[in-house]
Amino acid sequence: MTAVAEPRPDVRASSVFLALLRRDMRVARRDLPFFLLRTTMQPLMFVVVFGYLLPKMGFLDGRYTTALLPGVLAVSLALSSIQSVALPMVQDFGWTREIEDRLLAPVPIWLVAAEKIFAGVVQGVIAAVFVLPIARLIMGPIEFLSFANVGVVLFITVLGAAAFSALGLFLGTAISPQQIGLMFGVIVAPMIFFGCAYYPWQGLSAVPVMKYAVLVNPLVYVAEGMRAALTPGAPHMSLPVVIAALIVITAVFWTLGMRSFMRRALG
Amino acid sequence: MLGPNGAGKSTTIGVLTTRIRPTSGRALVAGADVATESVRVRQRIGVVPQRPNADLSLNVLENLQFHSAYFGIPMAVSTQRAHELLARLGLSDKKAATVEQLSGGQQQRLMIVRALMHEPDIIFLDEPTVGLDPQARLDLWEILRDLHRGGRTIVMTTHYMDEADRLCDRLAIIDEGRLLALDTPRSLKSKAPGETLLELVLDGDASIAVEKSRAIAGLSRVEARDTTLRAYSAAGGRPLPAFIEAAESSGRTVKDIRLLQPSLETLFVSLTGRKLT
Repeated sequence: MTAVAEPRPDVRASSVFLALLRRDMRVARRDLPFFLLRTTMQPLMFVVVFGYLLPKMGFLDGRYTTALLPGVLAVSLALSSIQSVALPMVQDFGWTREIEDRLLAPVPIWLVAAEKIFAGVVQGVIAAVFVLPIARLIMGPIEFLSFANVGVVLFITVLGAAAFSALGLFLGTAISPQQIGLMFGVIVAPMIFFGCAYYPWQGLSAVPVMKYAVLVNPLVYVAEGMRAALTPGAPHMSLPVVIAALIVITAVFWTLGMRSFMRRALG
Repeated sequence: MLGPNGAGKSTTIGVLTTRIRPTSGRALVAGADVATESVRVRQRIGVVPQRPNADLSLNVLENLQFHSAYFGIPMAVSTQRAHELLARLGLSDKKAATVEQLSGGQQQRLMIVRALMHEPDIIFLDEPTVGLDPQARLDLWEILRDLHRGGRTIVMTTHYMDEADRLCDRLAIIDEGRLLALDTPRSLKSKAPGETLLELVLDGDASIAVEKSRAIAGLSRVEARDTTLRAYSAAGGRPLPAFIEAAESSGRTVKDIRLLQPSLETLFVSLTGRKLT
């Protein structure tokens, strides 16, 4: 028996990050059907009602689907990224304390939070990829829909997912478990309805106060960015503005989320 | 580390395992500073929490494999090690079980297996036997003795006197965040007041009876704490009738009587002025 332990080689942070990610992906894969139901049911039902039934009944112009499709993708992205980060955080820090094991890994603690955000991005992208063909199928041909800018679509999807995952980290660590229901009612629901997902931002010119008030809402930029990429022929916000706004929003939520995470993680 | 609830045991463990930021002072684990070299500390330690916190989304074997992966251990190595350790702690048939399917004692053992997966030099256990049935508690003691024989340093907290007495080489008595004594259990016991501790629990404030009790021959260090009247006797229980009489003639009714032989517990009471539980 030696009194002083011999030095050990440092564990590579990248290999720990990958292990954390593998863990989240395995859990996500098992939970996939429920995850998709939970995060895409609401936007898809919206598609059925507003993208199929109402146009069919003649209450809505069929061209509305042009505005709706990118918005529905943005909403799926928001719901899935926020939930896949926030819900486990609330549970872990609230009562199960399961995350303790990962917080004892020999890497800086912020890496555990960064991995959560990354996993949230992956799940957001999966939800968006799942919703796109189904929505297109339900709504039928969509005017101005173009897949010429697949790279831009993907870029906006990833950037949007990063913004919402970082928001999820902040919400999941700042909100107490008892108030998780409130999070959906008071934060997520208004964000979705005032996020220009179900109508283009330009349409809000009819209500100028709203047009500028909604600019604090991250969903606006994701929905408008999706419009710029998927239906470039229809009215949309300029792409550089969208990208700049999303980068700023992601940075702000990342900072707030990290701070809140560290506070919860270091008792 | 022995101390009552709220003594600061878990906080101390939290600081030493890098899970709580120290507000002041400096703590070193295996030569590494917990505040500035926390990654190095975490590499060296295994932690068994007070409340089992296994990953509920993974089964038993996966819990161990992923834990090892967080320490950079390749899957082939960790799987082999998991099988060995599970067998040693009697969980071989639970590899594919979900965490919820395990009993409390089994979950506790899984936490020990997990803490050993990355072969730490030091193992921290925070009140590991709380909530275990008597048999599981004895089993756990055996496991800990076994690990200790294997050359590992074990740091544990408890508020059970017998556990501290039987398991530890060095025992720290702490209360209200302060270290009151640190020595082998044997040497600590020899420091215990060599007298019998007499305690009367009264139906009201005990201080009213202190004056009368001090007059009783054979009693020393009479003190009152809330409703408890306490004194040391060099003659065992002999002064007890007079002690009770002193309390009752002061207008109190005696509700409970306790005699404690010199032990870690009397030492603890003499150091802290209160009982453990």
